[in-house]
Amino acid sequence: MSDLIKLSAAELGRKLAASEVSAVEVAQAHLDRIAEVDERVHAFLHVDNEGALAAAGEIDAARARGDELGPLAGVPVAVKDVITTRGVPTTAGSKILEGWRPPYDATIMTRMRAAGLVLLGKTNMDEFAMGSSTEYSAYGPTHNPWDLGRIPGGSGGGSAAALAAYEAPLSIGTDTGGSIRQPGAVTGTVGSKPTYGGTSRYGLVAFSSSLDTPGPCGRTVEDAALLHAIIGGHDPMDSTTIPSPVPDVVAAARLGAGGDLSGVRLGVVREFGGDGAEPGVLAAFREGLDALVKLGAEVVEVSCPHFDYALPAYYLIAPSECSSNLARFDGVRYGLRVGDDGQHSLEEVMSLTREAGFGPEVKRRVIIGTYALSSGYYDAYYGQAQKVRTLIARDFEAAFSTVDVLVSPTTPFVAFPFGSRTSDPYQMYLADLYTIPSNLYGGPAISVPCGTSEGLPVGLQIMAPTMADDRMYRVAAALESVLPPPVPPAL
Amino acid sequence: MAAITREEVAHLARLSRLAVTDAELDRFAGQLDVILQAVARVGEVAAADIPPTSHSVPLTNVLREDVVVPGLSREDALSGAPDSAEDRFRVPRILDEEA
Repeated sequence: MSDLIKLSAAELGRKLAASEVSAVEVAQAHLDRIAEVDERVHAFLHVDNEGALAAAGEIDAARARGDELGPLAGVPVAVKDVITTRGVPTTAGSKILEGWRPPYDATIMTRMRAAGLVLLGKTNMDEFAMGSSTEYSAYGPTHNPWDLGRIPGGSGGGSAAALAAYEAPLSIGTDTGGSIRQPGAVTGTVGSKPTYGGTSRYGLVAFSSSLDTPGPCGRTVEDAALLHAIIGGHDPMDSTTIPSPVPDVVAAARLGAGGDLSGVRLGVVREFGGDGAEPGVLAAFREGLDALVKLGAEVVEVSCPHFDYALPAYYLIAPSECSSNLARFDGVRYGLRVGDDGQHSLEEVMSLTREAGFGPEVKRRVIIGTYALSSGYYDAYYGQAQKVRTLIARDFEAAFSTVDVLVSPTTPFVAFPFGSRTSDPYQMYLADLYTIPSNLYGGPAISVPCGTSEGLPVGLQIMAPTMADDRMYRVAAALESVLPPPVPPAL
Repeated sequence: MAAITREEVAHLARLSRLAVTDAELDRFAGQLDVILQAVARVGEVAAADIPPTSHSVPLTNVLREDVVVPGLSREDALSGAPDSAEDRFRVPRILDEEA
């Protein structure tokens, strides 16, 4: 095993800049690691050996020419399979898109290529990003490198497991209700959901358009910040991106790493009092809080009375939007087509295609969304959920008038064994209890490693006001400086 | 009382263009009932006078400069189609043959 795979992206970037190592060597080391362990971890749905080595070769040539290169030029990245990559398969974890090679790159992919990042491949996920364990992937689950019998979180379990298994130093996730942060928490890695509108959705296969947010994942806070700075910012191709500069998240992470949080006020949400959370998770969270206080932060209890209703509101809004978004999978323009034998009508072909191409969780959500949007139920379900969304945003705004950030455990429980929450879908939804409020509000939130419970990683979540992403990086880096991430057992 | 019946789930599946099987209907009806009972809790919140939020970014009428830029070629646009003919997406017949 090459030592290169244990380095942070920032360290790799420095070695590459100093020509101590070539981008081809770095890419090959990671491809070798994937070949060695991914049969057991299954973090990847597609590994692009050839493309990665070719891209790395181009970076080395550019460096030899003396071209000006960014801090992560030549550093490999793994990308969640819900982001379009030109010519490289993109399935969103679904059979309905099996074999699809997109004809264009997502904006964040374009930006990563321009920054010299090397795409290793596409990572596994719950189908269309609906789930918290990768058990709803149509291609089989990803295994948590901490315990191969347990889930890696979801939906972006592949992107998180690839980091914990040292298959990639950086990865991209998407967060609709916690799909970046919860996998980060249960794999002992860093997962950051930027402000909604802070990263472009152009080329992101849509699940819930008012919530979906692409974001960076890394093994260190600084690495996540470096990647955030590359992918973030306004995009003319996504009219919901915010037309103002992304805060300097890299400077904030470096400031926080100094370990001084004097004058920073942390809010603990009373309504997250611990109902349903594992005692070991709460104990680790308390230790993290104590560590932050020792660095000079002040802790204040705040009340966000409508957070109790965030989970029900989310599980109406997200399925409603998904039932509309997924109408595009009709067997006409891309992907699967079933029943086109001259005997079936167009409508029957669509119904047979969707029946064969979608898995059970996607079908459940499409049906729930269709129900919540149907006349007679719209006001009581979707309309009411949107009003609750307003109240949750007001709770955040009131809290941020007295504190700088809110902190909580990222998820109520550590990585659970496969199969323990699939028979009752609502039990799976509870994994998102603490992550959903930030999605409904739109503000940024990050999960950073915070010790272990029962030998498994716990994450601490930091939630910040809209477009104050720098605040959460500062606090996260400060915690990391005194609570280094736990090291997973050798695979 | 159930929030949703097996017959309602079958109707919604038809509206959603999902040719679900009887076995799926049996399974989904119970599961969807549990989910709907849980999410119906949003109704407990007094919110009659609260404006709805559809979106967290208050942007409206966002326009781009009206400049022609290269788009997908016809070949690229059709590259992922299950079937195409004469540079178009081919779909099953939707009209009866002309008399």
